[in-house]
Amino acid sequence: MAPLKELITQKLKDKFGSVNFEFSEFRDELTILFDKKNVVEVCRFLKDDDDLQFKLCEDVTAIDWAQRKNLPTGQAARFTVVYHIYSIKYGFRLALKADVDQSGCSIDSVSSVWKTADWEERETYDMYGIIFNNHPDLRRMYMPEDFEYYPLRKDFPLMGIPGSITLPAK
Amino acid sequence: MEKITKDDVHPKILEALLRDTNITAEDALENEMILNMGPQHPATHGVLRLLLRLDGESVVACVPELGYLHRGYEKLAENMSFYEFIPHTDRLDYLAPMANNVAWALAVEKLIGIEAPPRAQYIRMMITELARIASHLVAIGAFAMDIGALTVFLWTLREREKILDIWDILCGARFTNSFTRIGGIANDAQPEALAKAKWFINQYEENLDECEKLLNTNRIFIERLEGVGVISGEDAVDLGLTGPSLRGSGVEFDLRRSKPYLFYNDMDFNVVTFPEGDSLARYFVRADETRESIKIIRQVLDKMPQGDILLNQPKKVLPKKTEIYSKMEELIHDFMIVNFGVNPPVGDIYSAVENPKGELGFYLVSNGEGRPWKCKIRSPSFVNLQSIPHLIKGRMISDIVAIVGSLDPVMGEADK
Repeated sequence: MAPLKELITQKLKDKFGSVNFEFSEFRDELTILFDKKNVVEVCRFLKDDDDLQFKLCEDVTAIDWAQRKNLPTGQAARFTVVYHIYSIKYGFRLALKADVDQSGCSIDSVSSVWKTADWEERETYDMYGIIFNNHPDLRRMYMPEDFEYYPLRKDFPLMGIPGSITLPAK
Repeated sequence: MEKITKDDVHPKILEALLRDTNITAEDALENEMILNMGPQHPATHGVLRLLLRLDGESVVACVPELGYLHRGYEKLAENMSFYEFIPHTDRLDYLAPMANNVAWALAVEKLIGIEAPPRAQYIRMMITELARIASHLVAIGAFAMDIGALTVFLWTLREREKILDIWDILCGARFTNSFTRIGGIANDAQPEALAKAKWFINQYEENLDECEKLLNTNRIFIERLEGVGVISGEDAVDLGLTGPSLRGSGVEFDLRRSKPYLFYNDMDFNVVTFPEGDSLARYFVRADETRESIKIIRQVLDKMPQGDILLNQPKKVLPKKTEIYSKMEELIHDFMIVNFGVNPPVGDIYSAVENPKGELGFYLVSNGEGRPWKCKIRSPSFVNLQSIPHLIKGRMISDIVAIVGSLDPVMGEADK
């Protein structure tokens, strides 16, 4: 486990010298934070490299940091998109994070790297309103197509907004 | 019956359905048919809507639409403490509720940084494996019923009733039993529950053999399923399939082996894989996995230690009722934990277990308060359903039923 962690950090620093990576560890799991414009290249490298082979994308989701207190410092952007990827061959799980600000609320889609990300990104778009560029089919997932709000954002109330969903006529 | 026109289908869905051709919408509805295999259907395993574009009887394209059972669990989780969310986890994969409870308890314990005592962990293993058998029995039964073999459904559910009786003795509820607690389990396993579990595993294999005798060499069953819905191992990993569907394509990936949790390191069991990748292989994986679960339960019953079933750490785990009523400190801790929640450190974790349907993961982000700041439920059925358009392209309508049954989705999980 430990050698693979060092291998990953070394390889990423060697290959992407210009990208600023922040490595952190919590409860024995490695997390890498980087800038959102490098998402597709870093993910493709992690998937295709022979010593790493992160072929399974387990999860794509986003965090809404609407409130400002009790947060890890250095978070100015409103959202963070999180990817959890897993290497079946080497038995290692990695978390990748990229900050997305509310003003340019978009990030490149990694569905060209892993097809799993297709529906996961649609769900993240549906719940948070983050647009994924170059996504083959960005529609809403759970909510109806004409729903105007993004439910998992912190400013959406728990009980919903009356009148936001059209109910069938009696 | 009225033919559905293009005004009844939402334009974005229509666009997704007609994506790979160069014919316009008007032409498609003259030559091919758009059929709605609607949310209410006896064979779609719940409320799954499939929009199919058919050329005669064979499927040209398919767009699944989810969300008919969306209950907003992730939003709810942000507003309640970790203890309060346990009953909601029952209702995710409602065919194996104990397994979801164990998954949530493990995720929260990982976040807080505690570990349940050994006896609790062995009992959790036993109930997870019983849940696995229960879920696979329904999967096999419903799958065979969709193909046409109605008797198998009754026999597998008869076996499942015995498991539900065991859970009834254990925790008082046959179904949606919120049995695990953060730091252990709710109450100790009674001797009669353990005796019944032992009786169950001793008589299970012959009953499973009876069901298999009806199916395994049945010509109709094999011809309906062999070569139907084939997916290669690489495509399966790329699409994110996990669980029996992935192991039916030859990829040996089981979280109980790769990232062991509870005491699975000490258990001796095989990871069942079949290389063909068709629906028949997925059926065989499920049937053989129940046999492996029987082996695990036998070892658990032999090796179970005596001891506590709830961790004795009053700041993080609710203390025992008798102590709350008699001692001051426990009373204060109980008050703090119930009202303000256990306060985990700031950070986020992802914890996954091997559920009967695949890999159930909980991604919990905490900002120091008693409620999670964010909880993402990575449900296996949601990701498994994504492979449906890939699997049913070119096949006929009756194969859709076989393929959806072999993937075994549960909409409670897929829609959260």
